[in-house]
Amino acid sequence: MIIKGRAWKFGDGISTDHIAPGRLFHLRSNLPELAKHCLEDARPEFASRVRPGDFVVGGRNFGQGSSREHAPIVIKLCGVGAVLAKGFARIFFRNCVNVGLPALILDTDPIADGDELEVDLATGVVKNLTKGTATPTPPLPPVMRHIIADGGLVEHIKKHGRLKLD
Amino acid sequence: MGKTIAEKILGEHAGHEVTAGQYAVVKVDFTYVQDGTGPLTVRQLQAMGVEKLFDPSKCAVFLDHASPSPRLELSNDHKFLRDFCRRTGAILSEVGNGISHTVASESYVNPGDVVVGADSHTCTTGALGAFATGMGSTDIAVAFAFGQTWMRVPETFKLVCTGRFQKGVYAKDLMLDIIGRLRADGATYKALEFVGGAIEGLSMAGRQTLANMAVECGAKVGIVPPDETTRRYLQAAGRGEKFRVIRADPDAAYERIETFDVNSLRPMVALPHFVDNVRAIEDVKDEVKVDQVFIGTSTCGRLEDFQIAARILKGRALAPGVRLIATPGSRKVYLDGLADGTFATIMETGGVVTGPGCGACVGVHEGVLGDGEVCISTQNRNFRGRMGNPNAFIYLVSPAAAAASAVTGRLTDPREFE
Repeated sequence: MIIKGRAWKFGDGISTDHIAPGRLFHLRSNLPELAKHCLEDARPEFASRVRPGDFVVGGRNFGQGSSREHAPIVIKLCGVGAVLAKGFARIFFRNCVNVGLPALILDTDPIADGDELEVDLATGVVKNLTKGTATPTPPLPPVMRHIIADGGLVEHIKKHGRLKLD
Repeated sequence: MGKTIAEKILGEHAGHEVTAGQYAVVKVDFTYVQDGTGPLTVRQLQAMGVEKLFDPSKCAVFLDHASPSPRLELSNDHKFLRDFCRRTGAILSEVGNGISHTVASESYVNPGDVVVGADSHTCTTGALGAFATGMGSTDIAVAFAFGQTWMRVPETFKLVCTGRFQKGVYAKDLMLDIIGRLRADGATYKALEFVGGAIEGLSMAGRQTLANMAVECGAKVGIVPPDETTRRYLQAAGRGEKFRVIRADPDAAYERIETFDVNSLRPMVALPHFVDNVRAIEDVKDEVKVDQVFIGTSTCGRLEDFQIAARILKGRALAPGVRLIATPGSRKVYLDGLADGTFATIMETGGVVTGPGCGACVGVHEGVLGDGEVCISTQNRNFRGRMGNPNAFIYLVSPAAAAASAVTGRLTDPREFE
């Protein structure tokens, strides 16, 4: 699957408090409403202006902090095609796999805000159409590829009736 | 080749030997959610078509984040979770019982256990020698349903902490120093083993402070090898028979070995808005004026933490314009602190003692900051917006430094008071 969209650039250490802040804790059972505030404390205009297929582009340790799975879910609900970062916090990355939000690791310094990007989810290649570059990303471990291929962790369980990763 | 503690515990739970870098499906001994992550777990269980839990006595729901509920939406979430527990038999930890990790340490987790929780600070019970780690709601739904989860067996960093804690210096200062050195993503996916004389001398409260913040340098788990202190803690909790020794083999393979000299450690602070933005308090030259002081949380919300603060507060007054909030980590902490006068001291000084729970740390209630305000806190995170206001500033310190700052009205090195 190939996704095309614009880059929304963010800095290092974007936390789950930037993505789904604690002051909106009461909206966790109302995800469409919570999604309207996605990344609000980092870029207030993000949720209202993001277009389907756009990319969230972070720096180091994207998604650090809480285990709230609501964070990748609201990014996905905003229509974001994938999150690209130099590195991801462990729980956030695992949550991305479980909810089916593609998360790719690469050096994001050469990507500027607003660059047109094209991501091939099958090969993991990130093309920067604005700059005319193509960058490969490391493949996911087989366990995560299984879960993604099944359509996320809920679908994986529905299909196999248990965790089946071998 | 010998095994690390992480490799030993995960191997036991996988039913075969494992080595760092391998993937394994492992059995889970205790698993839990809280009121922020639990509703999604329940909905995912419904989506999976799961009605029965693998063992309800090993699955718990803690109402600790918005506790008691400050809003109708959260009251409805609580209602939803109570219904779930009634239906499935899962353990319900009601409003007033306290923070999941604190209660899990007091009542449920034992050395050598695999513990997974839908809260990033699940790693706290690594202090008892468990392999304890946080995950998202859907992963915990799978653990509730099948008593299993998948793990990548982590490489281990051995953190050798030598020497003795000097006056005014505590476990929180050591952990801030460790995070400052490793950085917020320096141990991502790794296990930490805390060893050395300084660790052996630490109480279970101090050990929980260390393990709790393992996630703040990216680690999956922070483990303290069980010893005499662990045995006594379990005995006092009525679980003496659960004690066991788990040590790394002498020839275990470590990805990194770091040494920390606790003799020369000074009181530390993490400046806004990152946990790895760490300095010695005495090296912060600009005066930091304080609006709110918060003592509590899964990091520093045990009796010993409040006793340290009360020793400094006793006979003194809060600085003008400063408010002090103390939130016990659990019902047991609250009762013990009532019995020995600790919480009376905090109230007499002009502070307020709230009910047990996560309190102000998560930005939901009981201490949300105003625009431009500064909070000196014993919690684990100072991210922008963490305490409910993205225009506020959070400084992370030990309970001693928090109490000292409450008295002076500015960020203060507690050695002035001890």
